[in-house]
Amino acid sequence: MNGLVKNQPASLLQNYWLRIAGAIVVVILLMAAVNVAAHGAFLQPGNIVQVLRQITYNCILGVGQTFVIITAGIDLSIGSLVSLTGVVMATIANALPFSGVGLLIVTLLVGLVVGGAAGWINALPVVKLNLPPFITTFAMLEVTLGLSYIISGGRPVALRSDAFGGVGYGSFLGPITNALHLPSLPIPVIWMIVVIVIASVLLMRTRFGRYVFAIGGNEEAARLAGVNTSRVKTMVYVISGMCAAIVGFLYMALFSSGSPQTGTGDELLEAIAAVVVGGTSLMGGQGSIIGTFFGALLIGLLYNAMNLIHVDSYLQKVVLGVVILLAVVLDELRKRYLART
Amino acid sequence: MRGIGKSFPGVRALSDVSLTLNSGEVLALVGENGAGKSTLMKILAGAQLADTGTIAIDGKEVHITSPHDAETLGIGMIYQEFNIVPQLTAMENIVLGAEPTRGIFLDEAAARKRARAIVEELGMDLPLDARASHLSVGAQQLIEIAKALSKHARIIVMDEPTAALTDREIDALFVLIARLKANGAGIIYISHRMEELPKIADRITILRDGSVIETRPASEFPPNEIIRAMVGRSLDAHFPDLPAVAADAPVMLDVAHLVRRPAVNDVSFSVSAGEIVGLAGLVGAGRTEIVRAIAGADIPDSGTIHVGGDLIRIRSPHDGIDAGIAFITEDRKGQGLVLGMSVAENITLAHLSQFVNRELLIDEKREEIAAENMVQELRVRTPSLEQRVRNLSGGNQQKVVLAKWLLGKARVFLFDEPTRGIDIGAKTEIYALMLNLIKNGAAIVMVSSELPEVLGMSHRVLAVREGRIVREFSRSEATPDAVIAAATGTAAA
Repeated sequence: MNGLVKNQPASLLQNYWLRIAGAIVVVILLMAAVNVAAHGAFLQPGNIVQVLRQITYNCILGVGQTFVIITAGIDLSIGSLVSLTGVVMATIANALPFSGVGLLIVTLLVGLVVGGAAGWINALPVVKLNLPPFITTFAMLEVTLGLSYIISGGRPVALRSDAFGGVGYGSFLGPITNALHLPSLPIPVIWMIVVIVIASVLLMRTRFGRYVFAIGGNEEAARLAGVNTSRVKTMVYVISGMCAAIVGFLYMALFSSGSPQTGTGDELLEAIAAVVVGGTSLMGGQGSIIGTFFGALLIGLLYNAMNLIHVDSYLQKVVLGVVILLAVVLDELRKRYLART
Repeated sequence: MRGIGKSFPGVRALSDVSLTLNSGEVLALVGENGAGKSTLMKILAGAQLADTGTIAIDGKEVHITSPHDAETLGIGMIYQEFNIVPQLTAMENIVLGAEPTRGIFLDEAAARKRARAIVEELGMDLPLDARASHLSVGAQQLIEIAKALSKHARIIVMDEPTAALTDREIDALFVLIARLKANGAGIIYISHRMEELPKIADRITILRDGSVIETRPASEFPPNEIIRAMVGRSLDAHFPDLPAVAADAPVMLDVAHLVRRPAVNDVSFSVSAGEIVGLAGLVGAGRTEIVRAIAGADIPDSGTIHVGGDLIRIRSPHDGIDAGIAFITEDRKGQGLVLGMSVAENITLAHLSQFVNRELLIDEKREEIAAENMVQELRVRTPSLEQRVRNLSGGNQQKVVLAKWLLGKARVFLFDEPTRGIDIGAKTEIYALMLNLIKNGAAIVMVSSELPEVLGMSHRVLAVREGRIVREFSRSEATPDAVIAAATGTAAA
């Protein structure tokens, strides 16, 4: 018995990597097929980078959402928060007497404070009164969107400084990648990678992350084990709000303006889709950041592939819906299979 | 059932199990946790499929592949955790899934008639229009039984039916079972309580490690032989000898005028280092609420708590843990464990700060070593540290809960029903562990509904009634009659 304990600690981890490896194999096969259909345009490095750039925003939103969903919560306000933080940051940036990197940093901090505060307010009724987060974050969705329109007067707030251009559409290590005849990595993609790495470490390696899982699995057991469940639950909404602020910042930098309409489209639903397709359970207690990245990547590749092989844009929506359903159904069947054997 | 076999990954749950149930009899199914009782019954109920073997009812072979099949064949399951919708009334629960209708509308009159017929036939004392959530555990169990009968169950499986019942409810249940027998039903009765088997069972089948060890008429099966057959060894003494509390032992826990409305009304007592104090009382007397208030699971309205002489302020379970209080809850699955997490993660959950390194990350190597030590020390039977706690048996789950609290530096242990629903082997181990704790200077408060346990494992017994401590008994004074009299408020014998 004790020999087993020693020999098997990696089994779940192996299982985890097996799943990811399996998903990658499937994706590669599909990509190869699409590549043939698109006469080789799909697997061009430039195209892949393009996909990464496109998924950046929903992926970062999904990363924040992953924390919330693992606690068995949901944050519906993220799209509106992208809008509000973008508008607030653009307004503040125009009023600030700084320039250059100082301006960037201060503006981002303002956005993080606004997003974090919104997350804190989201969590307040959830932890104090045990209200369902669906309701409180839905109310926040409306409130923040309204505020965003009020502050901006309904029009995009154009940035006066051009210090943000590098963040929005600049590239990383451009001279080196150019010399190697590779496409340069857009700065937003670097932001996404940094967010993913920090969030993964936070979720998988810290006490906070462990408590997030424990609360999603059995909140009362976690509380009786001394976990400050109110604080941890508040933190996940704050993190989600901050991720929305980062996306608001990147969009603002990309468009050189903070528009109240940014983030109010499919962002919320596609971020949740990325989380769910990435294997995080809406019931709480399980999930991963890397899964959310792959979920976002799968959705992004799908859109891109359909565009390249000229699938009708209305039909694209149908296909996306079917793929999301399929991903969740397959995951459920796999779990049942594992439970039986 | 013939030759039933079932394997799980790494575990052979059942091998070649056969048993027969006659109409009009109670067959008791007895075995330690993990012996395969639950798996066997789940196969009968269609909740799991057998790998091998056949099931025949009235001599005809049947294939049970879903709970629906089982229901159609007249098999009714009454699980330990009830399947009741708390928001519905007793009547609505009884007809749930088979509501009589007129056209597309519910036919309430017919539903009432059907429910009342069952309730009256069996002489159940069950208010049909009360919400299930407002009813006692005993009444909820009556709902479960009535529900099974409303679907014409002829084979009724009861899994630990008396685990959560008061003595009076148990008596009523036994009367009910006798009537069911008289009506020709066959009953499979799963229990850990030796003392009730001779009262209720016609035959007893012992299961051990997934195989049938022996089946005998209950009258020819004295309890000590049952226990021997169950564990494969003789267990003469249930309870270990308690070492006397040293005369100069310091008071470890002192509770004064503790109030937590409505269930705890001015409770004062103290426990010395090396002492076990048992709280005896009926279900609903406020025993659980007292220990919850001490642990910070509920915040007390007033009163003071001293641990090791220091006044402590408890606003949350976290404060209780900081003060050195460990609270082992009565409801393992609901409050003690995160079932979807691994054995290791559950063991370290309450003391994760011990394993955080300088970079604020969890040191998984150290965590694993600590969990491994605990698993070995408590002899938790698990294929690996990564195993989800959900997949462990009740006794092993309880050991994981204990491991979680032993990892800290607690000096006061509050045990609420520490051995509920676990087998005798694991019980004995848990008693030994409690003994170890007091030898090392801990103080223990134990709540238990099993009177022999309270009497056998306590230096002092406090009888609790209506949120108050009504009487204190020393070990020698604490006879079953006297404690029951105090707990029920009848004149002392």
